[in-house]
Amino acid sequence: MIDYLLQYPLLAALTALVGLATAFGALLGYAAVRFKTEGNPIADEINNILPQTQCGQCGYPGCRPYAEAIANGEAINKCPPGGEAGIQALADLLDMEPTPLDSEHGDVKTVPSVAFIREAECIGCTKCIQACPVDAILGAAKQMHTVITSECTGCDLCVEPCPVDCIDMIPQQESMQTWHWDLPNPVSRSVDLIATDSVPGDVSQDRAA
Amino acid sequence: MRKVFGFHGGIHPPENKHQSVRTGIADAGLPPELIIPLSQHIGTPAGVVVAVGQHVLKGQVIAEAQGFVSVPKHAPTSGTIHAIEERLIAHSSGHLAPCIVIVPDGKDEWIECNGTPNYETLDKPAIIELIRHAGIAGMGGAGFPSSVKLSVKAGTTIQTLIINGTECEPYITADDAMMRERADQIIEGAKILRYIIAPQETLIGVEDNKPEGIAALRAAAEGSGIEIVEFPTKYPSGGEKQLIEILTGKQVPSGGLPSQVGVVCQNIGSTVAIYEAVVHGRPLISRVTTVTGDAVREPQNFQVLIGTPMRYLLAKAGYLPEKNSRLIMGGPMMGFTVPDIDVPIIKTTNCILAPTEKELPRPPPAQACIRCGMCEQACPASLLPQQLFWFAQGKEFEKLEQHNLFDCIECGACSYACPSNIPLVQYYRASKAEILQMRRDHEKAEASRVRFEARQQRIEQAGADKEAKRAARKKVAEQRALASGAGAGEDPIQAAIERAQAKKAAQAGAGNDESELEKLEKTVVSAQKRLTTASAKLEEAKAQNSEFVEALQTGVDKTREKLAAGEQALAAYQASNNHASAPQAPVADAAQAAIARAMAARQAEAALSPAEKARADLTKLQQRLQKTHATLIQSRDNAQEEKVIVALESTVARLTDKIRSAEQQLQQAENA
Repeated sequence: MIDYLLQYPLLAALTALVGLATAFGALLGYAAVRFKTEGNPIADEINNILPQTQCGQCGYPGCRPYAEAIANGEAINKCPPGGEAGIQALADLLDMEPTPLDSEHGDVKTVPSVAFIREAECIGCTKCIQACPVDAILGAAKQMHTVITSECTGCDLCVEPCPVDCIDMIPQQESMQTWHWDLPNPVSRSVDLIATDSVPGDVSQDRAA
Repeated sequence: MRKVFGFHGGIHPPENKHQSVRTGIADAGLPPELIIPLSQHIGTPAGVVVAVGQHVLKGQVIAEAQGFVSVPKHAPTSGTIHAIEERLIAHSSGHLAPCIVIVPDGKDEWIECNGTPNYETLDKPAIIELIRHAGIAGMGGAGFPSSVKLSVKAGTTIQTLIINGTECEPYITADDAMMRERADQIIEGAKILRYIIAPQETLIGVEDNKPEGIAALRAAAEGSGIEIVEFPTKYPSGGEKQLIEILTGKQVPSGGLPSQVGVVCQNIGSTVAIYEAVVHGRPLISRVTTVTGDAVREPQNFQVLIGTPMRYLLAKAGYLPEKNSRLIMGGPMMGFTVPDIDVPIIKTTNCILAPTEKELPRPPPAQACIRCGMCEQACPASLLPQQLFWFAQGKEFEKLEQHNLFDCIECGACSYACPSNIPLVQYYRASKAEILQMRRDHEKAEASRVRFEARQQRIEQAGADKEAKRAARKKVAEQRALASGAGAGEDPIQAAIERAQAKKAAQAGAGNDESELEKLEKTVVSAQKRLTTASAKLEEAKAQNSEFVEALQTGVDKTREKLAAGEQALAAYQASNNHASAPQAPVADAAQAAIARAMAARQAEAALSPAEKARADLTKLQQRLQKTHATLIQSRDNAQEEKVIVALESTVARLTDKIRSAEQQLQQAENA
């Protein structure tokens, strides 16, 4: 056999190549089964970027389904709560061109809002509780309902089902805790920071004195 | 002489400290109104424990600490709680914050204070608790609760306790004034801290531009083992991390705490407050504040009550509003413009700066960054300010974090050094806030995701449970159908009768005749008992003329009837038992008997001839007609309702018709 192969180098080469191909094929086949990834990792990453408002404005029942749809080729500009920043992040992740927000699905809200139930008017129908995607409404049948403000994502989904129209979306007020400095306006001179107030060495009366 | 280290960067701005230390610390006195914000420290705001109109004594707790990182608030003087409302406070946002407003009664009456001069008898947590109850928060500027800082985690050994007397920022002299006048109190406070922390060495770090203060401290510290370390003046040596590096040569790791390198730092003002709290039992209700700037005639330090409006304090120093361009809380490097002159002094107000426009002119417009690198030379945290500026402009938050933006202490040295007048620190502050906001948003999104998924799972689970239950029910139904499949073609009535019989049989099997008798006897006895109690009650009710007499009367009547029925049943049973020898034994079973009767009747009916049947029918109908007639007459006599009479009349007519047809049938049958 070996002698025969040595006589015909072409056959030898062919045998070697076929052998290698079989071996690597088997290895790859095994690895594909052994190291199979559960779920869709891309969808997970996309889901991490989505704002988790669960508002359904994209046309999907929640952020996770939309993430899966994007992973399967759906457009990335259907999420108003994520805004332009969200689209940018998705475009970066998926290596796509960022597209402007599809206004068909709603506009970007500049101020986040939370649902507020006018409790005196609530009839306790539990319709809003069933509509809330994050279980942020507390109540029981024929009992007054109320919104857990800290858990509310401001998705608006509870407003529609309310039969007595007693739910308001209240824009969140800026408080002492949420206030923060804005980036300075480059042309303005009314800057609060004192360090830049004086040209260095200009106020040196102290030293001079 | 101790070896003093240096730190990277730093600047030498004009000091302007001499103006305010020409005279000693003056007492600011009692303002007409004190405004005490609930949040003067880092952490949870305190919770109000007083009501409007309540009279409080000096040093009384008016708001309790809420949570670990929080401190209580005390009344700075005796007086009445005028209001608990939102007021403007010294915060760059210009937002309102909840405050307690006290109108002093002028008596300045202290609540009872129990000091512990021999604090060494207390254990350390007890002293820390005293400090917490005294409402002491870092008085250098940040306002971090001192008790939290002193509660060092078990297991960490602290080598060095540092009292920060650096006061590196221009204009401010509050700590300097305290060192000059209250050196002994500072040393006593340091001793208390030393007792709590138990470090190997205790240092007081002071810049060499305060020679009087250093001398006073040295004199007071004689023989105490506390070392006063003097080092060259440079801004910002007073930054906690910078001071630690100067005194020990150790660098606090990025994002870490001083305790990680075995150091605890406390401010001079806090040290004095701790001395007051532990030795005299007095809470933190006043502090030393510098009032300075060219727009006040007599710049000086004041011992001022917390909550004093700045307007009052400025007036004491001879404020010249027309010359003042803006009012600053803190120093010229790290301070901020206050939104209004009526905001109160708080625990962290170390200085009020009222400069003229000439003294602190508005900055010229920022120019382009020329990448000169002067900011990098000035940065005490060894950051790359120009790079951070670049990223901040481009909102590249990830890169900002990679370049350790959060190690920036916002000292302003870079902005000071910048030849293009770029307000660098503002960019960093804004970016920091933005990043923190993004982190918060992400946290919230994460929580929402978890809740959404939990809900989704719950709904799915509920659906699956329902499905499973339905399947189980279906299976049971199928099995039942299968089991009864044998007797399928039979009459359901027959099946029901069978079931009833089976039940009866089971009952009969369980209890024999003897027990039946007992049961009846028991019924009679219990009925008798009930009757006696009910009658007793009725008598009582009658005696008291109660409104329930009637109801009780009917109750008694009913019970009596039941008793009679029971007795009858018992008698009947006994009688039938006596005839037990008779062959009609199964009569005991009523259902059986009824069935038998019905069957017999049917059979008898079947056995009759058609003529007989028709005659029987006729007789029955005639009987019914007679009965109806009788009722009708009775109703007419009793003048019953029209409706009833009409109905009865129609019934009579119908019955007459029926009788007629029955008669015809009978004739036919007879003819047949």
